[in-house]
Amino acid sequence: MNEFLEAMIRLGAGAFVMVAVLIVSLVLKGFDRRFAAWLQARVGPPLMQPFYDIAKLWQKENILPERAVSWSFMGAPFLALVGSLVLLLFVPLGPVTGKVEGWMPLLEGYGDLILVVYLLAVPSLMMAIGGFSSGSPLATVGAQRELVMMMSYELPLSVVVLSLGWRLSKLDLGLDALSIADITSKPLWGEVGLLGVIGLLMLAVVFFLIIPSELSKIPFDAPEAETEIGGGILAEYSGNNLAMFYLSDAVKTVAFTSLAVALFFPYGISGNIGELIGTPLSGWAAFGVDLVFWFIKIELVYFFAVTVIRVGAARLRIDRLSWLYLVPLSVLSVVGAVMLYLDTL
Amino acid sequence: MAHAPPYPLMIGPIHPALKEPTMFKFTMEGERVLDVDIQPGFNHRGVEYLGMKRNPLQVLHLAERVCGICSGAHQYVFCRAVEHAANITPSVRGDYLRVLVAELERIHSHLLWAGVAGHELGFDSILHYTWKVREDVQDILEIICGNRVNYSYYIFGGVRRDVTPEQVEKARKIFAKYRKLEDTILDIFLTDPTISHRVQDVGVLTKENALKLSACGPLTRGAGVKKDVRFSWPYGSYGDMMDDFKVVTPESLGYKATGDIFSQVVVRLVELFEAIRMCEWVLDNLPSGPITSEPNLSALLMAKLRMAEGEGVARVEAPRGEDIHYVRLKKNKMELDSWKIRVPTYGNIMSWLTMFKDAQIADIPIIIASIDPCIGCMDRVTLVDSGTGRERDVDWAVLHDLSVKRSRGLMP
Repeated sequence: MNEFLEAMIRLGAGAFVMVAVLIVSLVLKGFDRRFAAWLQARVGPPLMQPFYDIAKLWQKENILPERAVSWSFMGAPFLALVGSLVLLLFVPLGPVTGKVEGWMPLLEGYGDLILVVYLLAVPSLMMAIGGFSSGSPLATVGAQRELVMMMSYELPLSVVVLSLGWRLSKLDLGLDALSIADITSKPLWGEVGLLGVIGLLMLAVVFFLIIPSELSKIPFDAPEAETEIGGGILAEYSGNNLAMFYLSDAVKTVAFTSLAVALFFPYGISGNIGELIGTPLSGWAAFGVDLVFWFIKIELVYFFAVTVIRVGAARLRIDRLSWLYLVPLSVLSVVGAVMLYLDTL
Repeated sequence: MAHAPPYPLMIGPIHPALKEPTMFKFTMEGERVLDVDIQPGFNHRGVEYLGMKRNPLQVLHLAERVCGICSGAHQYVFCRAVEHAANITPSVRGDYLRVLVAELERIHSHLLWAGVAGHELGFDSILHYTWKVREDVQDILEIICGNRVNYSYYIFGGVRRDVTPEQVEKARKIFAKYRKLEDTILDIFLTDPTISHRVQDVGVLTKENALKLSACGPLTRGAGVKKDVRFSWPYGSYGDMMDDFKVVTPESLGYKATGDIFSQVVVRLVELFEAIRMCEWVLDNLPSGPITSEPNLSALLMAKLRMAEGEGVARVEAPRGEDIHYVRLKKNKMELDSWKIRVPTYGNIMSWLTMFKDAQIADIPIIIASIDPCIGCMDRVTLVDSGTGRERDVDWAVLHDLSVKRSRGLMP
């Protein structure tokens, strides 16, 4: 009975987290659009615009193209959304090292970083499948580009994640190398020497440059490239199918930026604020402070990794884009990993 | 490596990269363009036929509606064609003011093009920036002509409005502002690595092809051909300006005229700032006198245009290239007897075929945008019988019958 109760609690918590993150992610998108408008010296849409977009798309008709494969065309958006929502159960959201006991990724212990890296690929894969099954040459080109891009950034991404885990396992603290909770509870910055810090910086740069391409944002938006292939993968999608891809992208944004924060900057500020005001914060107060700080952190990551880059660059051609990830960034990540290794000697 | 079979890719008639409807049928191999077939004809409006139902003064306003961007150029060249046919000599001050507005239009057109090019490359910040900068020149146009888009400034024999000293002062202020921006704008377009990566060695039109295909405008000048009606066949006040200004090619800024899109960017940006200097030159050297040689409109219409007999051809350098109008007037006939427009885009579309050679999908939008196409100006109608593949041109009688049939069908 106890186990059943626990499972029910987890189920409820999972549903709550998903709804909460859906809202947070749309707010994050709203901030992105406001900030981009600010950088381009224009007014920009209201902060709630993503909500209006979703509400409107949801009322619209779903159009099934004549030549589309209907089951995969209709199934892909749903699975993409499910894929990114499941991701939320494994990545650390909010202040993982917060002061509330037991605030961890909901399925902590059931999956590790390797699983997260694979889950991250699910929405992109579903978009590619949706693109291939829409029966439009534009969408097919987009889907091919999406696959090329995935193949290009997977290597540096895996190198970054694995070398972080490996370095952690060398700390002799009895930590699980790939457990997300352990990585976030023990930030590596304080544990390594100078070489290690340089290596970590390199890995961080690589990881931050993977964010915009994982989220298909300019200059890495070749799969969607509005002016070239008219939305590419999304060219044939409409109505709530399009809304589901939009939501999946938004949720993935939170998951990925949150992962970046957890891997490279898992600190809270409740302690410092407690010192500042004289009374140490504890329990839910500390949690609230850290939750707000977490949102600021992911917004900062998103601002510098996506918003600033996307207003300041032209779209890259797919060959150059693939080369960028396969050669310079892969080399940079490997050099970073070697630095981390040299640090242990 | 096995090669996938070539597949067709349609860009158009409606596509985000196209600002107006036209059709490109690409044969692709992966991301590479193997072949392209261009099928215009989606935006025919029958302007020339409409013009033959109206008298020249009315057509004046129709002429500027041929194109939303080079509206002034079309009105200018139509004026010159009718003046040629009816033997009217424009006043000197009118000639200078005409050039002032023509150059202002070049500024706004090139700024608009720069924004569109940025958008096609996925660089929307450039779009927002250049179009914001463009607002200032639109303001000058409004101050001088009273309108922002269709200026209604030109008339046979001169211009409609004179400039006042206050207007000149305002315009000068804005010119000074633009000259301050010169370095910034050149820096954005010529040194940004992502832009260079997308425009260098892309969409190359060689000098040989430019000559062979009779391309015109900034497109040919980017290829190193010094072809500019303003200098090779001076009109207006350009003849007086020859000493101070030269034809713009990429060499003006020390770049090699390779004919790729980068050279066109250079040409358009240099022309943009040359145009500002030209405007200032005109304001500095504005002669006094009447603004038009034909102040009495009814006398002009009844005595001169109605009685005129003959043909007139004129050309001007519109922002996009050489714009030619042909007009035939008959004695005792109010309406134009014939009117033929040859817009710059019509001279440039054939260049697309060579520019698309070995391009990637990613290059298609910028190559399309690079000639600054104006499909609405250019389109003619050719009907193709899909059964027999036979083509026939449509004249006004057929169109008239079709539209009558269509309206009957709409009636209950």
